[in-house]
Amino acid sequence: MDNKTAAVKMRNITKTFGPVVANDKVWLDIYRGEILALLGENGSGKTTLMNMLSGIYFPDEGEITIDGKEVVIRSPKDAFDLGIGMIHQHFKLVDVLTAAENIVLGLEGKLDLKAAAEKIRSICDAYGFEVDPNQKIYDMSVSQKQTVEIVKVLYRGADILILDEPTAVLTPQETDKLFAVLRNMRDDGKAIVIITHKMHEVEELSDRVAILRHGQFIGDMPTKKTNAQEMTNMMVGHAVTLNIDRPEPKDARPRIEVKNLTVRSIDGILKLDGVSFTANSGEILGIAGISGCGQKELLESIAGLQPVESGSIEYIEDDGRREQLIGKDPLSIAQMGVALSFVPEDRLGMGLVANMDLADNMMLRSYRRGKSFFTDRKSPKQLAEDVVRRLDVNTPGISTPVRRLSGGNVQKVLVGREISSAPTVLLTAYAVRGLDIHSSYTIYDLINKQKAAGVAVLFVGEDLDVLLELSDRILVLCGGKVSGIVPGRGAKKRDVGMMMTKLGGDRQHA
Amino acid sequence: MFDILSFIPRAIVQGVPLLLGSTGETLTEKSGNLNLGIPGVMYVGAIGGVIGAFFYEQSLPSPEAIVPALAVLIPLLCSLLGSLLMGLLYCFLTVTLRANQNVTGLALTTFGVGIGNFFGGSLIKLAGADVPSLALSATSGYFSKSLPVSSAFGKLFLSYGFLAYLAVIIALAASYILNHTRTGLHLRAVGESPSTADAAGINVNRYKYVATCTGSMIAGLGGLYYVMDYASGVWSNNGFGDRGWLAIALVIFTIWRPNVGVLSSFLFGGLYILHMYIPSGMNLAVKELYKMIPYVVTIVVLIITSMRNKRENQPPAALGLAYFREER
Repeated sequence: MDNKTAAVKMRNITKTFGPVVANDKVWLDIYRGEILALLGENGSGKTTLMNMLSGIYFPDEGEITIDGKEVVIRSPKDAFDLGIGMIHQHFKLVDVLTAAENIVLGLEGKLDLKAAAEKIRSICDAYGFEVDPNQKIYDMSVSQKQTVEIVKVLYRGADILILDEPTAVLTPQETDKLFAVLRNMRDDGKAIVIITHKMHEVEELSDRVAILRHGQFIGDMPTKKTNAQEMTNMMVGHAVTLNIDRPEPKDARPRIEVKNLTVRSIDGILKLDGVSFTANSGEILGIAGISGCGQKELLESIAGLQPVESGSIEYIEDDGRREQLIGKDPLSIAQMGVALSFVPEDRLGMGLVANMDLADNMMLRSYRRGKSFFTDRKSPKQLAEDVVRRLDVNTPGISTPVRRLSGGNVQKVLVGREISSAPTVLLTAYAVRGLDIHSSYTIYDLINKQKAAGVAVLFVGEDLDVLLELSDRILVLCGGKVSGIVPGRGAKKRDVGMMMTKLGGDRQHA
Repeated sequence: MFDILSFIPRAIVQGVPLLLGSTGETLTEKSGNLNLGIPGVMYVGAIGGVIGAFFYEQSLPSPEAIVPALAVLIPLLCSLLGSLLMGLLYCFLTVTLRANQNVTGLALTTFGVGIGNFFGGSLIKLAGADVPSLALSATSGYFSKSLPVSSAFGKLFLSYGFLAYLAVIIALAASYILNHTRTGLHLRAVGESPSTADAAGINVNRYKYVATCTGSMIAGLGGLYYVMDYASGVWSNNGFGDRGWLAIALVIFTIWRPNVGVLSSFLFGGLYILHMYIPSGMNLAVKELYKMIPYVVTIVVLIITSMRNKRENQPPAALGLAYFREER
């Protein structure tokens, strides 16, 4: 017998944004004492659905019942009153306020930050968080900010928690910590919904999965009774293979040689310390490391965007001629065929202009071409259409401003544009950050095609499993130093993980 | 010889309109609204008071029949009403219709000055004076009434009309509300990140409306003080000068802190009239250079705060941006 009653029942929920139907008659049940994983491709309407539960959006049609009572959620405040708290993908925190101030934001009554701090400490003790109530948000790491968000909803007495892609910005260790906390809360009888793209997280954490596709509810089932393959098939709508190809590199020749590269940030902090390696053509060099270990600086130095303190970066032509890249401006480096696609945490921060449409964003790379006084608008349009078609970008048209696309689609546009410039060196960072599994595989495919075409690919990734499957060689960075370079085939996740946290891993014990 | 004892009170009376204007603008900016219409709002605040005072004085059978309470209250309420309407207009355009704040603000400045000059000119005609100005000395007397103390201490601290003290009280109260109350916390959140405030259940539009309209009314009092107290009830078109812009500069100078504004406004007032106290002979060019000082100081402050790059000293992060919940 089923002794659980649904905490939340959503029935026939429909929401449209102009011509786009984000949710189409969706049904969803959420139970207490259970972790529900909400799955779906980018733009399948998961976030929209949850935003209606948390009062950000208002449904066009359908009804929501909480503990058997039909409710109307008009604003986030209504949601709080019903015990619903959402942790958004983009944190809803005010940078210049302290943790405590952010947590009490929006509540009523007299402002007593001391009492608030007390209550925050007791919540932290109960679930095992670490939050300093008086720390300013801008001084916090991503994972600390997320903790503040979770404490914020608990402080309001929420017992239905929604987390939108909470692990997208966390390191593996931080993810483990978060999962432990979430299990604590589940055992405490809270209902938890987690939106994620990472299959192994779904399998590891959730009790039940619900799947959306193109705004429609496809089905739900206990996690134990399904597997990654079946869930992916349901998300995509047809069978997909979950293996990443790794063809043998053909005719690999040194393309970029980096020697003793040292880079300091503006604040004088050592970001890269004596980094040396060679990237070969027709090969994917994976770059692993805990975030902030110099990955960004490394790619930017090669692209000419980062002042270098010492060392050399040489570009080696097919005929063996060598050219020093340090001191060249980014434009001439790009003209040599070095393309950089860096997907920052906020996805839009670098490379795309949010208010411009797809075609114009394509033009950012090509506007210098052509001799005429006027820019060539035709080819960017074609390119935009091409990218939309090949990468299956979900957009009303190529004249839609990029900011209106969902996160994953924005990324496809960015990566698609960089690949289209037919580079000889492709620098890519976090290319699949936040992308659903289907789109991720499209991107891996594109990268593999570049490799087959003889491009030297530098692939900075955060998902170690993917790095191990995709890369020919893996360079592990640890605190700005090269911890080691290992062949991708046969590398063990555990070893690479050790090298990420400690220079040289545990080689000394071997 | 530099006469400090006469310079300071004059600096203070120059500073009071700036203090009211900048306190109002700070409150407005804390809600994320960059109201560049403040010069116009202050102008309307001034003419509102003048209209009220004029018709009150006209309605009296004889100058002796004047009632002190009404002489103060009527111009005060008219002034508040005028600047409130300006604030409402600004909010309707920028918050409800989400028009561009800079354009709206600049338009309101032109609009406000135009309104003021139109009614000012009409009243001057009605009064039938032979000079292009209007004197409301009877009501003005109640605005500039001060304690009859003639010691140095009295001259420095007690020689001002009630609006001057009100200005300081409002600035300190605004500062307390911003930093120590829930309302202030919510207001700051709205200006920093409206989507965060919205997700926290704060009614963003209401905060923007209330803060901007309150700010406008406070700024309007600055105009009222200028004409009824500082100018002794004499209205002449365009007499207000560029004090409105100076008030906006003062907001930056005080790095969005009304309590800092109290002393800074007096400093600005001093800088504003410094050219009259420094002997520059017949060379008018040098005088013009001295008049630049408040603005130069503001630029220097901008440079210093930008270089220090302390997050608390930056303008509200969402300043100048319209907010729409379902936009992404």
